[in-house]
Amino acid sequence: MTWWHRLWRQRRMEEQLERELSFHLEQHTADLIAHGRDPAEARRQARLALGGPEQVKENCRDARGTRWLEDLWQDFRYALRTLRQRPGFAVVAMLTLALGSGATTVMFTVINGVLLKPLPYAEPDRLVTLQEQTSWSTQWGNLWAFTYPNYVDCKRESRSIATAAWRYTTGTVSEPGDAENVDGRQISSDLFSVLGVSLFRGRAFLPEEDRPGGAPVAIVGYEFWQRRFAGSPGAIGMRVVFDGKAYTIAGILPAGFRLGGDEADVFTPLGQETAPYMQNREAHPGIRVWARLKPGATLSAAQAELTLVGRRLAEQYPKSNAGRTFIAQPLRPDVGDVRSTLWLLLGAVSLVLLIACVNVASLLLARAVSRERELAMRVALGARRGRLVRQCLTESAVLALFGGVLGVLLAAIGVRPFVAFWPGSLPRAEEVRLDWHVLLFALGASLASGVLFGLTPALRAPARQLEQALRAGGRTVAGSSRRLHSGLVVSEVALAVVLLVAAGMLGRTMLHLSSLDPGVDTRNVLTARTALSPVTLAKTGQIRAAWQDVLDRMRRVPGVESVAMVDTVPMREGNNQIGYWTTPAAPPPDKQPLVLASSVTPEYLKVMGLRRLEGRFFDDQDRMGSQSVVVIDDVMARQAFGGQDPIGKHVWIDLGGDPTTVVGVVGHVRHWGLAGDDQAQVRAQLYYPFAQVPDQYLRRWSELMSIAVRTGIPPANLAEPLRRAMRGAGNDQVLYEVHTLEQLASDSLARQRFLLLLFGIFAGLALLLASIGIYGVLAYLTGQRVPEIGVRMALGASAGKVMWLVLRQSLGMILLGVGAGTAAALAAGRVLQRLVEGMQPTGPSTIAMMIAILMAAALFASFLPARRASRVDPVRALRQE
Amino acid sequence: MTAKSDLPQGTLDLLILKVIALGPVHGYAIAQRLQQVSRDVVQVQQGSLYPALHRLENRGLLAADWKETETGREAKYYRLTRKGRAQLETEAASWQRLTEAVGLILRLSEGGAE
Repeated sequence: MTWWHRLWRQRRMEEQLERELSFHLEQHTADLIAHGRDPAEARRQARLALGGPEQVKENCRDARGTRWLEDLWQDFRYALRTLRQRPGFAVVAMLTLALGSGATTVMFTVINGVLLKPLPYAEPDRLVTLQEQTSWSTQWGNLWAFTYPNYVDCKRESRSIATAAWRYTTGTVSEPGDAENVDGRQISSDLFSVLGVSLFRGRAFLPEEDRPGGAPVAIVGYEFWQRRFAGSPGAIGMRVVFDGKAYTIAGILPAGFRLGGDEADVFTPLGQETAPYMQNREAHPGIRVWARLKPGATLSAAQAELTLVGRRLAEQYPKSNAGRTFIAQPLRPDVGDVRSTLWLLLGAVSLVLLIACVNVASLLLARAVSRERELAMRVALGARRGRLVRQCLTESAVLALFGGVLGVLLAAIGVRPFVAFWPGSLPRAEEVRLDWHVLLFALGASLASGVLFGLTPALRAPARQLEQALRAGGRTVAGSSRRLHSGLVVSEVALAVVLLVAAGMLGRTMLHLSSLDPGVDTRNVLTARTALSPVTLAKTGQIRAAWQDVLDRMRRVPGVESVAMVDTVPMREGNNQIGYWTTPAAPPPDKQPLVLASSVTPEYLKVMGLRRLEGRFFDDQDRMGSQSVVVIDDVMARQAFGGQDPIGKHVWIDLGGDPTTVVGVVGHVRHWGLAGDDQAQVRAQLYYPFAQVPDQYLRRWSELMSIAVRTGIPPANLAEPLRRAMRGAGNDQVLYEVHTLEQLASDSLARQRFLLLLFGIFAGLALLLASIGIYGVLAYLTGQRVPEIGVRMALGASAGKVMWLVLRQSLGMILLGVGAGTAAALAAGRVLQRLVEGMQPTGPSTIAMMIAILMAAALFASFLPARRASRVDPVRALRQE
Repeated sequence: MTAKSDLPQGTLDLLILKVIALGPVHGYAIAQRLQQVSRDVVQVQQGSLYPALHRLENRGLLAADWKETETGREAKYYRLTRKGRAQLETEAASWQRLTEAVGLILRLSEGGAE
């Protein structure tokens, strides 16, 4: 019989034990009668010989070895019964816990999906990422993406890893169907075999296709295949035109396949790229190198090999590779700055859970105190201390588990809306779902919280002063529980202060940031990325005319007031930081100050509503062949020229080499977003005319240009007409990532707004829970003091005095909590300031306001019990005594 | 006055196993037989007999079935399992060795006193 078997058949075993013992007694009695005793005496002697039957049964049960489980089961049923007796208490406690654990579980579900789950490739722990490492560092660190020649050498010379490469691309698919901008990846032929991914249909690239002049083949994403080919198996072998080049579809990827971000649409062989950077050991076109450790190989073996390769290449190509080596690291999902936000929120949510625990602890404690007599009775009957503690803990664990189950249900409902609500797009959102990790976490968290809130009442269980408790006849020994209760209130208040102050800081930050001037007039401006026809881009001579054509057509769209081109739109992702200098001798590159450079067309000033401070902006006379001119912002004017008038001064930028002349100064634009700009490392700004971009850069620049349109009507209405105006003669030019400038400004605060909202909710919850906790504890403590209050009133204390008596008690606890909480809040504030861009320091006014809110709520919660105390009828109170 | 000895620690199990080894038997009969065989020298507290039986059953040394007695009552009959038999043999052997050794020492010291 296994232990669960025994447990299962516990009732039968009890019956059998009973039968066995009664058989023994009867048999013994019968024998004694047979020996001539009279029946009554025989029964007595038989009983005496056996000993107390209950004692014997207890010993037999102990001998079974499943005693602890039977006890647990017994405690469990007992806990259920006691909870059912007080349904109000049970519901309040469970809901409190469900809120706390539900919120915590939602956060953990997201963290699990985004941060903890391994990448969805075969044996992800054998995958490594390779980077170039330089012996010097810049502001971007000392790790870099690969150059193509370095990748090829590393791949060829390392024996312990199978290496593959890929890079992001974007382009226009113009056939089949309407032209559309899509995300693509250029990949090496063996990428899928390195990742251990098999294609849904068709085949991967062949090695001979992964080199210049290889057959033009492409692999498409599942979603693209559904969208463009309606999921037809005949798509294999069909033609897709990507950036003006026709490819034959060789394969289709499985649904949901992701490579560094969202599902991409078009995959092409990296080796077929003919751009000069493929041969250039100094160009870094963002090639990511991933590798799989071969069976038996270790990361350190791979690293040793790579170090050797790096040393050899540094000797062979000192110009590009001196001080440059290669390092391998385990491949981890890239989730950007989401990590800190998630941990921050988990921290905040844990505080809410803690408050919930403290609340339930104080409820349980009140109950434990009123059950003191019952427990004392159990001790008197022979229960051991450990046994009582266990019983109390079982009760709280049952409560916690029910709360936890409710919490998981809440989380199951809440996690999708939460992810949808995330500002921008949550990386790896597709991985966020309830799984057994989450369930395990929820189970652990609820059990831990059960122990946490059950321990205080449980440890009181042994009823130290046994006789006193029994003699007190149900009235509790005054004062013994008061300190514990106050401790709970103090910690609750302290936790609530932390959350309130954090929410207050975020609120103040939002107010401050929203009031900032972005430097541009955000109303009625539409921005979009553009892609010229690939045919035009291929012929440098036609590019300028093509852009002029686009601008002219857009200008004619009804509702458009002015149109400009710009490469880096403020508050949107993307920037161009270049070095500049103001004397003819160029300093070494790492000594050059950096500036955010934007190439624009003349109407940009008008479209964006830039403030012109001095001089002029560009006009149509600034073009190739005329004097090279730039306009700078006030930040750069101060940084580069101090107090001198910048107009007419020369600035050298790393573009062509000719000095440029400053012709104007405009106001600073918060390029890094409302929140991020003040802390940004590079804030100086410089504008140069797109018309003066040298021919050799024209194609690259054209790939990066966006348009900005000032409109006379709501800008979103113009998206479609502008799209149509863009199409062009070949019907293959597209607009994408269309946003209003207002959206971009608002999105630049999305993270702060999101945090504010969540912290606001958490703080509100904390305030509510803490108020309920204070109310419960005071109501209980006051109830205990009714006889004392009766005596006081009989001796002449006024109602006001009695109220003050109660309020003073609560005020003491609240003030202690506020003190502890403020200290913790200052520390938490520093964490927030480090993690959240644009965070304002903890101001005394914020703290004071939040404390005032908390005090008001807490005093309101204490007022009700205090008033009840003041209305105690002394005669009845004394009679109760 | 008859001197009744308390059982040394751990010997109750051995005695129970030995009694049961003679054939399936119920608890009351075990108590009777222990008393008879030891000629009332060994005092087995009936109250500690049943916990011991349950412990041995729990350790898999005994198995039990409900059977009818001669008098037609249902009783729980214990019998040795294979594991119980092996245990009985090893414990009996070690008990033998122990008593012989103790006896030797006692005789030796008696001899020394002469």
